[in-house]
Amino acid sequence: MTTIPLLDRLVRKARSRSPWLFHLNAGSCNGCDIELVAALTPRYDVEQLGIRLEASPRHADVVVVSGPVTRTTRPAVETIYAQVPEPKVVVALGSCPASCNVFAGSPTIEGPLDRIIPVDVYVPGCPPSPHAIIAGIAQAVAILANGGAE
Amino acid sequence: MTIARALFQLLVFPGLLFAVPASWLMVWLERKTAARLQNRLGPPFLQPFFDFVKLLAKRSLPRPRGQAMLLTALPVLAVASTLGALALLPVVPSAGGFSGDLILLVALLELPPLCAVLAGFATRSLYGELGATREAVLSIAYSLPFLAALFALATAADSVSLSALAETPAWLVRAPALIALAICLPVKLRVNPFSVANAEQEIYAGSTTEFEGIRLALWELAHGLEWVVLTGLWATLAFPVVTTWPVHVAVFLVISFALVLGIATVAAATARLKLLQTARVYWSWGLGIGLLAMVVAMIAP
Repeated sequence: MTTIPLLDRLVRKARSRSPWLFHLNAGSCNGCDIELVAALTPRYDVEQLGIRLEASPRHADVVVVSGPVTRTTRPAVETIYAQVPEPKVVVALGSCPASCNVFAGSPTIEGPLDRIIPVDVYVPGCPPSPHAIIAGIAQAVAILANGGAE
Repeated sequence: MTIARALFQLLVFPGLLFAVPASWLMVWLERKTAARLQNRLGPPFLQPFFDFVKLLAKRSLPRPRGQAMLLTALPVLAVASTLGALALLPVVPSAGGFSGDLILLVALLELPPLCAVLAGFATRSLYGELGATREAVLSIAYSLPFLAALFALATAADSVSLSALAETPAWLVRAPALIALAICLPVKLRVNPFSVANAEQEIYAGSTTEFEGIRLALWELAHGLEWVVLTGLWATLAFPVVTTWPVHVAVFLVISFALVLGIATVAAATARLKLLQTARVYWSWGLGIGLLAMVVAMIAP
């Protein structure tokens, strides 16, 4: 991206130290959402890693998607993904966005998520524990530091 | 004031070269204080710097040309006017000539909130407009006590020069005026309990909801600089005794950062008030104390 090596290193460092999350619920049962909120509580203190939950997708670096992507949430998923400025990474939170889980085969489900937008990191579990979520975000940050997954 | 001195104040101290790192330090101090009060470690020392660099390195989203220009111009104007206000602060005692003008300072301090209001409406987002409306209502609410306190000081000093304001030691006027100004700081900085205008999560991010990348970085910078200029203004007015300039600068820094610590502690200990409640606080307590300062300034010889 940049041609000056020192600047490039600084940008990499800054990206890896300041991932801002946007949480997108694509028809989740709320289980993963509760665990994500738990991972952001003072108990785990993710602010140490520079992680911040942002309310607007335009501020975000990491899109955390929960839920199997229902027919009604699909347009929202597409719009919100387009609103996040590059470089960006997508974390599929829980089993639903990865495989549609118990909802697979339902006529109202358009997932799994990687049919709709590119997914970088899968965090399996129903729901995954806060530790697993933080580990998944750390994995996503490593991809982000290299300028996304293009 | 010579041109060299004006440039020094704008670009070195208390302007650009000092203010940008100081703004990062203040933002870090605020976040760290909140974290420590919640029994966590909090962000690393360089966090605001990393956030800024990361935002600069993000690619902008495609926008219509006119909108793109407008959405860049507004945060640039906010940063520029805050820097201008900083350069006016009489931190280093002036040696005659132009020594900071109160009316110019008030105008420059009012520009960033105005830019935020315009930005909220310019993005045409529902949440941006909500944030802008709240910002506009609040600026009417806090401007009254803020201006009343400054007018009281100007009346007591019989001058609108900032150096004269800082040097005239009329504590009977100064004390209530400083209290009124201190009450105005949290709402101007949009922190709890008066974080109504940006209302994180409640109305997304208020007027900055639709901003991304460099434009958002400029808003964050403007916000950080507002921390420096507002605490700095309070510090210069609270420390009137003119000594040698190194002592003066040191005291200025100590008071500024102590004030940041105080505001952050109050912010961490309180929850957000409603818009109506906030306006009521400013129109009763804020304005009451501000008017008291004004009355004392007019009665006292």
